[in-house]
Amino acid sequence: MKYLKYIGVGLIFGVVMSKAEIISWYRIYEMFHFQSFHMYGIIGSAVLLGIILTQAMKAAEMKTIEGETVNIPPKDSFKYKYWLGGIIFGLGWALSGACPGPMYVLVGYGHLSILVVILGALLGTFSYGVLRKYLPH
Amino acid sequence: MNFSELIYEPWPWYVAGPIIAAIMFLLIYFGKDFGMSYNLKTLCAAAGADRASDFFRFEWQKYKWNLMVVLGAILGGFISSNFLTKDPSVDISEGTKATLVQDLGFDPSAAAYLPSEIFGVEALTSPTGIFILLLGGFLVGFGSRYAGGCTSGHAISGLSNLQLPSLKATIGFFIGGLIMTHLIMPFIF
Repeated sequence: MKYLKYIGVGLIFGVVMSKAEIISWYRIYEMFHFQSFHMYGIIGSAVLLGIILTQAMKAAEMKTIEGETVNIPPKDSFKYKYWLGGIIFGLGWALSGACPGPMYVLVGYGHLSILVVILGALLGTFSYGVLRKYLPH
Repeated sequence: MNFSELIYEPWPWYVAGPIIAAIMFLLIYFGKDFGMSYNLKTLCAAAGADRASDFFRFEWQKYKWNLMVVLGAILGGFISSNFLTKDPSVDISEGTKATLVQDLGFDPSAAAYLPSEIFGVEALTSPTGIFILLLGGFLVGFGSRYAGGCTSGHAISGLSNLQLPSLKATIGFFIGGLIMTHLIMPFIF
């Protein structure tokens, strides 16, 4: 039962990603061609409201459901990691038209060939874990 | 047009963006965070990847919740496709349709979320087609762990928390995406 709320959040996520067409390869293609405001509006309004919510949670020292004060750890500083990882991610995002969340939504949507992309993503995650010590961070 | 009909239409950005921020808020309220790529690491660890690398040596059982979010996301996609959508095509701009034809030779009138040129049966039965799907996924999986997060973890959560590293990662996402879309894809398709 304690997991039910996570299934619920995932379900809302899946519906929004589908209905706003964020899971569509075409929308990602359009975004990287700057031919529509749609994706920029989604990311921009989510971040704008996200900034307000995050600052408000911190200022109010909001408690989580488990009774602990909300703690959002800052990201560590690295010289290369964010640029290199980000660029590699971006190459894959544009080619497959899907980030890790939408991949799963697409499975439910009925596009089973996305399972090959998910398999690739698991292989990529595994390879990073193995090669991590040889990479600049 | 009444409300029940609007549900079936594509939802506009000003509906989707705030709901995404609310999802982030809910997960933080639950004592977790909004990061959709972490489940890939959880799945690797659950499958025994800790034998190959220390990176996967952690208590993955503590992250079962992100597999539950994945389960919900699959259900959400199923519900949308079967009950909340009448027209299966995507509402992209006329400019994008023209670019699809010019740059890639793709059919812009496809009535689906994914182009059959990449995701169709023909692609799935050719070695090149399979390679392209695997490569796209591989780069997403590798890059999101290297960068320590994806669109949800960096572009939404990280920027919401005013993190400079997340801004770098997000700019990186766009550099990579622009290179793939403008310089590489016209050559492979």
